[in-house]
Amino acid sequence: MMPLQLNQEETVTQADDRGFFEEKVIGLLDQLFGAAMRLVKNREDAEDLVAEAVTKAWASRRSLKDTENFRPWIFRILTNTFISDCRKRAVRPQTETLSENPSDAETAFSLFEELHQPFLLWWGNPEKEFLNKLLREDLAKAVDALPDLFRIVVVLSDLEGFSYQEMAGILKVPVGTVRSRLARGRGLLQKALWRHAKEAGLIKESKKSSERFYEKDKNDRL
Amino acid sequence: MKKIKTIGCEEALKHLLAYLDQELGPAKRRELEHHIEICRTCFSRAEFEKLLKTQLREAGRETVGAAFEEKIKSLLGRF
Repeated sequence: MMPLQLNQEETVTQADDRGFFEEKVIGLLDQLFGAAMRLVKNREDAEDLVAEAVTKAWASRRSLKDTENFRPWIFRILTNTFISDCRKRAVRPQTETLSENPSDAETAFSLFEELHQPFLLWWGNPEKEFLNKLLREDLAKAVDALPDLFRIVVVLSDLEGFSYQEMAGILKVPVGTVRSRLARGRGLLQKALWRHAKEAGLIKESKKSSERFYEKDKNDRL
Repeated sequence: MKKIKTIGCEEALKHLLAYLDQELGPAKRRELEHHIEICRTCFSRAEFEKLLKTQLREAGRETVGAAFEEKIKSLLGRF
C-alpha cells in the first residue's frame, strides 16, 4: 500500500512541478535571454545558452528548495552553464592579468570625475549630457568588453537587479568578493565608456571648455 | 531623535554604490542621505551614477522572438 501511495503522490507533484516550471521559465524568458546576450554576446549563442540552462534546470528541479527562490536559482544555473561552456571551449576565464583587488586604477576610474565641472553648474551639466548621448549599443558594447568574471556581476547586478546576497549565492562566493568584483567591473565599464566616447567624438576636450569658461567668466565679471 | 553623524565626501563615496544598490544598513543610509543633501558634488555624482545604472538596465533589456519562445515551449513540452 505505502509505496503505491507515494508513487501516486509523486506523480501528482511532478505534474504540478511541470506547470509551475513552465510558467516561471516563460515569465523569465526575456530576462534570461537578456543576461545570456550580454554573457555570450550574440543571439544564436544566447538562445543556445538559455535552452541549455532550462534543460539543466528541469533536470535538477529537485535542488530548488524554496519555490520563492526560482529566479536566483535559474540564474545560477544559467551562469554556471556559461562558465562551464567557457571551460569546455577551452576559453580561459579572462582573469589572468586582472587581480580582484578593488584598489587597482580601473576601480578608481570615475566617469563622473572626468566629466564633472563644478564651476559650470549653473549653465550646463556635462556629465548628464554625456549620458544622454550614449546609445543603447554603446552601453551594451562596454558591458561586452568586460572580462567574464566582472561582466557576470555587472550583468547580475546592474541589468538583472540581484542583491549582493543573492549574487553571492548564485556565484557561490562570499559577499565581499561580490562587492569587490562589482566595484572593479563598474570601474572597468566606465573606463570603456570613456574610451569609446573619446573615439566616437562624443566628448570635447574638457580643458578647452574650461578655458572657454574662464574667458566668459572674466568677461562676465567685468 | 538620534543625531545623524556627519560624514565627509571620501566616506560618502566609499558607500555610494552600495547606497544606490540599496545595500546599506539604515544608519549608514541616513548618513549618506544627509551628506548628499548638503554636498552639491556628491549629490551630482549620486544622480549621475543612478542615471547610468538606469541606462545600463535599459540597455540590457531584450525581447525573445516568437520563434525562440516556441522552441522553449516545445522543449518544455518534452520534459
